[in-house]
Amino acid sequence: MRVLLVLSLALGCAFLVSCDDQTTADKAVEKGILIFGNSSEPQGLDPQLVSGVLESNIIRALFEGLCVEHPSENGTALPGAAKRWKHNEDFTVWTFHLGEDRTWSDGTPVTSLDFLFSYERMLTPKLAAEYAEMLYYIKGAEDFHKAKTTDFNDVGVKALDDFTLEITLRGSLPFLPEITKHYTWYPVPRHVILRENEGDIADPDSGWTMPGKLVSNGPFTLKSWRINDHIEVERNPHYWDAAQVKLNGIRFLPVNNTYTESRMFFDGLMHVTYTLPPELIPYANENYPDEVRSELYLGTKFIRCNVTREVLKDVRVRKALALALDRESLINNVLRGGQQPTYGMVPPFGNYKTPRSVEFDKEKARQLLVEAGYDGTTKKFPVLKLLTTDRDVSKRLAEAYQGMWAQNLGISVEIEQKEWTSYLVAQTNLDYDLADAGWIGDYLDPTTFLDMWIEGGGNNRTGWFDKDFEKLLKDSEHVPDAGERLKVLQSAEEILMSEIPAIPIYWYTTNYIIDKRVKGWSPLLLNNHPFKFISLETNTE
Amino acid sequence: MTSSEPQPEFARGTSLWMDAWHRLRQNKVAVGSGIFLILMLLLCFVAAWFMADPNIQNLDNKFSSSSGAHWLGTDQMGRDLLSRILYGGQLSLVVGLTATAVAFCIGILYGAVSGYTGGRIDATMMRLVDVLYAIPFLVLIILLQQLFDAKAGEASAWIIEKLNIEKQTTQETIRRISNVVPLLVAISALGWLTLARITRAQVLSMKQQEFTQAARSLGLSPMRILLRHIIPNTLGPSIVYVTLTVPGFIMYEATLSFLGLGIKAPNSSWGVLIKDGANFMETQPMLLILPGLFFTSTLFAFNFLGDGLRDALDPKAAKD
Amino acid sequence: MLRFIFQRLLQGLLVLFVLLTISFFLISALPGDAFVKEKKMSEEALQEQRARFGLDRPVPLQYAMYLKRLIVNQDLGISPKKNREVSYILKQSFPPSVILGLNALFIACVIGIPLGVFSAVKKNTWFDYFSMGFAMIGICVAAFIVGPLLQTFIAMKVPALKVAGWETPLDILLPALTLGLAPAAYLARLTRGGMLEILNQDYVRTAYAKGLPFLTIIRRHTLRGGLLPTVAFLGPAFAGLISGSFVVETIFQVPGMGRHFINGTVDRDIFLLLGCVLYYGFLIVILNLVSDIIQALMNPRLRDSL
Repeated sequence: MRVLLVLSLALGCAFLVSCDDQTTADKAVEKGILIFGNSSEPQGLDPQLVSGVLESNIIRALFEGLCVEHPSENGTALPGAAKRWKHNEDFTVWTFHLGEDRTWSDGTPVTSLDFLFSYERMLTPKLAAEYAEMLYYIKGAEDFHKAKTTDFNDVGVKALDDFTLEITLRGSLPFLPEITKHYTWYPVPRHVILRENEGDIADPDSGWTMPGKLVSNGPFTLKSWRINDHIEVERNPHYWDAAQVKLNGIRFLPVNNTYTESRMFFDGLMHVTYTLPPELIPYANENYPDEVRSELYLGTKFIRCNVTREVLKDVRVRKALALALDRESLINNVLRGGQQPTYGMVPPFGNYKTPRSVEFDKEKARQLLVEAGYDGTTKKFPVLKLLTTDRDVSKRLAEAYQGMWAQNLGISVEIEQKEWTSYLVAQTNLDYDLADAGWIGDYLDPTTFLDMWIEGGGNNRTGWFDKDFEKLLKDSEHVPDAGERLKVLQSAEEILMSEIPAIPIYWYTTNYIIDKRVKGWSPLLLNNHPFKFISLETNTE
Repeated sequence: MTSSEPQPEFARGTSLWMDAWHRLRQNKVAVGSGIFLILMLLLCFVAAWFMADPNIQNLDNKFSSSSGAHWLGTDQMGRDLLSRILYGGQLSLVVGLTATAVAFCIGILYGAVSGYTGGRIDATMMRLVDVLYAIPFLVLIILLQQLFDAKAGEASAWIIEKLNIEKQTTQETIRRISNVVPLLVAISALGWLTLARITRAQVLSMKQQEFTQAARSLGLSPMRILLRHIIPNTLGPSIVYVTLTVPGFIMYEATLSFLGLGIKAPNSSWGVLIKDGANFMETQPMLLILPGLFFTSTLFAFNFLGDGLRDALDPKAAKD
Repeated sequence: MLRFIFQRLLQGLLVLFVLLTISFFLISALPGDAFVKEKKMSEEALQEQRARFGLDRPVPLQYAMYLKRLIVNQDLGISPKKNREVSYILKQSFPPSVILGLNALFIACVIGIPLGVFSAVKKNTWFDYFSMGFAMIGICVAAFIVGPLLQTFIAMKVPALKVAGWETPLDILLPALTLGLAPAAYLARLTRGGMLEILNQDYVRTAYAKGLPFLTIIRRHTLRGGLLPTVAFLGPAFAGLISGSFVVETIFQVPGMGRHFINGTVDRDIFLLLGCVLYYGFLIVILNLVSDIIQALMNPRLRDSL
């Protein structure tokens, strides 16, 4: 009984202590520190050893590439490490002039040798960089990475002098500046890495990314890193554009549980969330209407079809499955985040007009199934398995697909739910019938959604390929005119969609909540907000 | 003894179990709980047959409140909530009861043998328990699911064929239950450990008591002593613990769903319904409260029944 | 007694060895490995990464290498997923788990045991039903309900209590409460059951008849016997609490070991997972030992088994 007294006293004190009205978010605004929900513990901070979106958020705060994303205009490249750049007539050779005032956070100047080093490091087979293929645009890069050549001089990057970088590409690439915004093209501090790894360029030991050792060239440097708790970065005084940077620091919180994350925001513990779970969207819309954001995000959700399976070999079956899904209903009832129903694979953006190839048409779907021989009497449609995982809304989507196919096509689909790694392995090994999957674009060009479907491509995982499709993709790299090039890509997509090895469902939106005091934050298709332009306003409300 | 006269009629003797049964019958709360549980079982397994298909979705009718067609309304996918609760109850009860039964049998026997035998064998058995406690459970479950998934599918297909089951819902039920097997194996494999420890502790203290010595001096075999004399006396705390493991296992299955490893979609269990319902706490509390009510009341019933059993089996209570 | 402890510790080493072996092979049998990523890498890159950690060799060889490194260098290896030393990662997550576990245990004992004792004494009264009902809620509403409930209805309303995070001491309260509720329920029920066994004994009646004050009877005569099953339960329960609860840690953003256990499995982070298993195994061995000793101290009849 006495203990209960003590407990209640403690709670009472809690109330008293709470005389302080300021929330954690309030205090952080005063200090100029942005608290950013970042989904999960990052694999690492070495730009050449990671491949995820959440890692890119932190890396973007620490490092800077040749070009920097514009805070509000999609597809515009601002000077980063490079102060200006030019290209030759057919966009195959680019020259970047680095700013002479750019330095690392330890004062060492950033030179073209750093870039040379970084690309060589990334392409060295021994490093086993996950995402080296982002550099394959460079002439000779793929051969070097696959060890067909061993002399890095054969690769198309040259340092004309300390501050001039010349890049020769394998084809025509009008949008190279867009690509350099991706972290795979970022420089890493050559002097630090060689020192830490005793001169070995390909030693993957990431000891150099620890707080205290990490040296970066971006607006912030690494202050502290506590696994599963937080990663904090602070203002980098050596950053060439430090005057522009308003934030004093950013605190990244790896909150896995999306409901906890939203509740943290509601409780004044966070300024921006990574996402907003569908169940809480109505609640947020009602109580925080000014803070909710629902923005177009460059990504497609689709269902992979294993075309090596007997039933799925027939394109009519795949088309039938595609036509039997009521995408509008899925979005309005299950996702509720303002996503866009797809009519093709590549999301329409910029000047790219996605060809229309799928829609909801029950009748046609049934007809196709009959045409394929499944009229319910002589040949019964077998039970297919839909592979899904435990992340996000996967389960609910799977249940919805199952229900729709049952109701609209009269077929039975079993849901096979596996945990994340088993799920990935099953797809890689083509050990599934249908798999719920998706893809987020890495840069603003349709090829980020089309390149993956080449034969044996690591992200293809359907067993499908088409020579004509691949030829068109290769051809597009030799069409200097931007408009013409997009038309070639459209033809490629038409081939892809006529075969439909992957059934597109919806185009992503990113739903999240953001504190009203965060300024300089505008919707961007790639959601890669450059932190140097973000600020926290202290004198509203 | 010899006797030449006819034996007189003896009054019908009672055994410990009959005594216990009598006492149990007099405990109104326990009896009430028992009846409630039987009703719940009937509801979930029999009445469910007549209910709407729990997996039929109607996305336009989600979150509706109770109506003629849907007595308890619909859930987030427009499925009939009452059906989902009842069908969910099937799986939860199967998992909870079976795993508990297995844990009970294995745990009590194991703990009793270990405690009674003592010495090296006891030490080995208990160290084995230590090892099993610390095995990464999740790894085991993933592996078992891998192993059993294919087999379970084949087994249910075989059963359906052999027994010539035509009705779709029965087929569904069989498939549903066979999906649960890997989970059952995993939970049963490791669920008996604490019970073994508790039983052993009890047996150790009883080993020294007079009645055990008496039985030993009578020349009874150890097995008989264990089964007839010791174990019945250890049942008290064990039963109490067991009444907790039924809901415990049900909730554990839900925790596994949290990790994507429990009962497979679109099937539900009470645990899954509660877990999913918790996500709607702010907006649609009924999705949490209704399955929660079913689960809680069943749990309470188990507990009161368990208490009654414990009281009934306590030989000292007879004196009151 | 010392001999007994020494023997048990030796056995404990054996337990750890067997545990390690079984776990190693179980984990290696899982589909996929630490290098499976969403964006697929080339075969060469995969091979390179595997070789770096010795994971390209046959499993028995990997096992031997691991054992050697563990015994000779006391080195738990480097996590292939996080690229940091396993011992460093565990050292960071150890304090939060212990603090959380201890507090949860404290809450569980403080709520559960007295509740159980007094319910047994006041059997079948108002108090009994009410407190047992209350205790059972603790089991019914598992962590993933209690957690969000506390977050939504308490943390958001009380300014000093945060929805999640692990910075100030007050942050411990809600997660510990969530974690401690279920054990509290078990403790309450087990204690009540154990006490009932004792309270019906003749010697207790004698004590009553002698006119001894109530609390003295409880304290001196019944507690030791009545708490036996509770102590048997507490050993492993405590170990479980200290090694972290994944659900509570995820809901309240506690950087503890529970998440490493689960994430390690999902990520196939073999060395981190083995580190966690060893740690947990060690706790089980020690705490079961302590539990057995306490039981023997409480019940003189058990002392022979020491």
